[in-house]
Amino acid sequence: MKIRLTGASKGHQLLKKKADALSLRFRQILKEIIEKKEGMGDIMKASFFSMTQAVYSGGEGIKHTIIDNVETASVKVTGGLDNVAGVKIPHFITAITPGESKMDLIGLGRGGQQLQHCRKAYIESIELLVALANLQTAFVTLDQALKVTNRRVNALENVVIPKIENTISYIKAELDELEREEFFRLKKVQKNKAKHAEADDTRKAAEQAAGGGGGGRGGGGAGDLLSAGQDEDVLF
Amino acid sequence: MGEKSGALMDGGALVALIADEDTITGFLLSGVGNVDIRKKTNYLVVDSKTTTKQIEQAFKEFVAREDIAILLISQNVANMIRLTVDQHQKAVPAVLEIPSKDNPYDPNADSLLCRVKHIFGAS
Repeated sequence: MKIRLTGASKGHQLLKKKADALSLRFRQILKEIIEKKEGMGDIMKASFFSMTQAVYSGGEGIKHTIIDNVETASVKVTGGLDNVAGVKIPHFITAITPGESKMDLIGLGRGGQQLQHCRKAYIESIELLVALANLQTAFVTLDQALKVTNRRVNALENVVIPKIENTISYIKAELDELEREEFFRLKKVQKNKAKHAEADDTRKAAEQAAGGGGGGRGGGGAGDLLSAGQDEDVLF
Repeated sequence: MGEKSGALMDGGALVALIADEDTITGFLLSGVGNVDIRKKTNYLVVDSKTTTKQIEQAFKEFVAREDIAILLISQNVANMIRLTVDQHQKAVPAVLEIPSKDNPYDPNADSLLCRVKHIFGAS
């Protein structure tokens, strides 16, 4: 039982440490998210502006050309799982497939430079957005993990440990009670023994005293019986 | 989470888009767009004729797809399906709200920032 108590309290301490580490990381990420989001607004504005320029110089038709020329994505995200204080968080990295895409050739007719400039601006914003997405996923995952850990900590604190402590004190009380009962029983037995011993002693003493007198009388009686000798025949 | 990270670690996952035509064009230009053999795209162009139901359906579809890691959605479009966006609590795909040309970025409407501020303010 005591082992369970030590186990539970150790687990509780460890979980508390984990919760603290998680919330620390959490707060850092929070700050970064707020900063990045504000920066993102500006970068998107710049990209939109360069888009307008490109459309202006390339003509309206350029939008349709772009949409028509989509095939497989050259910008993808790869990533793995980061381990932060014991929590696995997915992590994204922009991966630009090298090589030529059809997009390179758009705008060769008109406004090519604007278009390429616009393209670069958008690629930049994508990278920023991927970084933001990273922070966001980390945030969400940490949030969930933090909630679970806190729940466990609270459960241990408020339910498991008091229960175990109660059980332990109950068991101790019972054992004490048993001990007292045992003690009392021993005492009783001793008293009884003592009483019996006393009773035996008094009996023996009485017997001896009686035995001396009784022995003589007993012998006399026996002599009478013997000396009665010639008994008259009993006639039926 | 196991199957979702499969796409990430294999070849690379995609970035999905739900936005107005200009935003989408810009991002397509940078090479984010993907059309596979079955003519399924990873973007949805939202204009005045698109219904809320279509947007919601596309959102749910993108979220369910295993090869999409990030979902970019214009803020005005996100406002149209605010409930569905708020209910999305999973880590992957990461749903990010971006401003559009006509609506500058409004941090008060962003669901993620709301939660951030909530927790930041609370703690």
